[in-house]
Amino acid sequence: MTAMMTILGPLVMGAAFGFLLQRGKVTSCNVIENQFRLRDFTVLKVMGTAIVVGGIGVLLLVDTGNTKYYVKDANMLAVALGAALFGVGMVVYGYCPGTALGAIATGSVHALVGALGMVAGAILYALSFDWLKAHVLNVWTLGKVRLPDMTNIPDIAWFAALAIGAGLFFWWVESTEARQKRG
Amino acid sequence: MTTITESYVRETPRTARIDWSPYLVGAGIGLLSWIAFAVFGDPLGVTTAYSRIASLFAVPVIGPEAVAQNAYWKSMPLKWDYGVWFLVGIPAGAFISAVMSGTWRLELVPDVWKERFGPSIAKRFIAAFLGGAVIMYGARLAGGCTSGHGISGGLQLAVSSWLFLAVMFATGLGISALMFRKR
Repeated sequence: MTAMMTILGPLVMGAAFGFLLQRGKVTSCNVIENQFRLRDFTVLKVMGTAIVVGGIGVLLLVDTGNTKYYVKDANMLAVALGAALFGVGMVVYGYCPGTALGAIATGSVHALVGALGMVAGAILYALSFDWLKAHVLNVWTLGKVRLPDMTNIPDIAWFAALAIGAGLFFWWVESTEARQKRG
Repeated sequence: MTTITESYVRETPRTARIDWSPYLVGAGIGLLSWIAFAVFGDPLGVTTAYSRIASLFAVPVIGPEAVAQNAYWKSMPLKWDYGVWFLVGIPAGAFISAVMSGTWRLELVPDVWKERFGPSIAKRFIAAFLGGAVIMYGARLAGGCTSGHGISGGLQLAVSSWLFLAVMFATGLGISALMFRKR
């Protein structure tokens, strides 16, 4: 890959991602807050579709030898604690890290203030890293494991279940939203 | 009733609306994931690169010595790699989308926040900063964010990522119910 591609490639990928996030309205703090208040399901619609469409494609790419999996370590205690903090932070901040970066560029000043908070959070993490490594990061570790490996249920069954589950759920959400709009 | 509708229409310019379906946007992000896996071998993610950049900001805060000695930043030094350029692309793409759709606007206090906590800018900024710090600490502890774990890990059916998704949404719902409870 040429030097140009190593910069331009990720820049264009990031720009496409940011463009889509903005078009999907998820760079709006209101949309994210209302997802957690169960008043607006945009976030789940975007994420659910991305996971099903992306997942089936990546499965085919892996099966045909065009890519491999890049699975993160299942350090169960660290992931659970981190995700809990993440959920709290996301509701208080009103953004997740990626949507926040997009929001700053669409004029959200409080997203910029929160981005400075994110820098502070990263510094605090780096400073507490030695302690975390000794006490948290290596507790209940399963390695780079995937659900199909763990359950012996094949990939295709997982995606079939996900697609049907998401389809039914979104159908229910859409019909409820349509009824509210009429009423 | 008509006056409310009229004032709403007057305050909202006709251009300032985005009508892309969230499913279309989700499918677009899924498609972007195929490219990320097959062409670049680098799944979509935000916070790993963010913490690399945070080391720059950490130098004036905790001193260059402490940053150089830090075990976490030794394992994750600042380098202008794929992830960092991807990160730079996100606000660029969001900016282009916002300008094109006429939805760029300064936001100091978002509507959902104003409705519940009032128009105080200081209050919102403090919450955004604290929320930002908590979300980034959580993301580093968990090893990813809504993009890296939620979408990229979710579509790979990674055990760590589905644990992240479940815990993140559960705590988010709980905190949101507490924050926005009826007085």
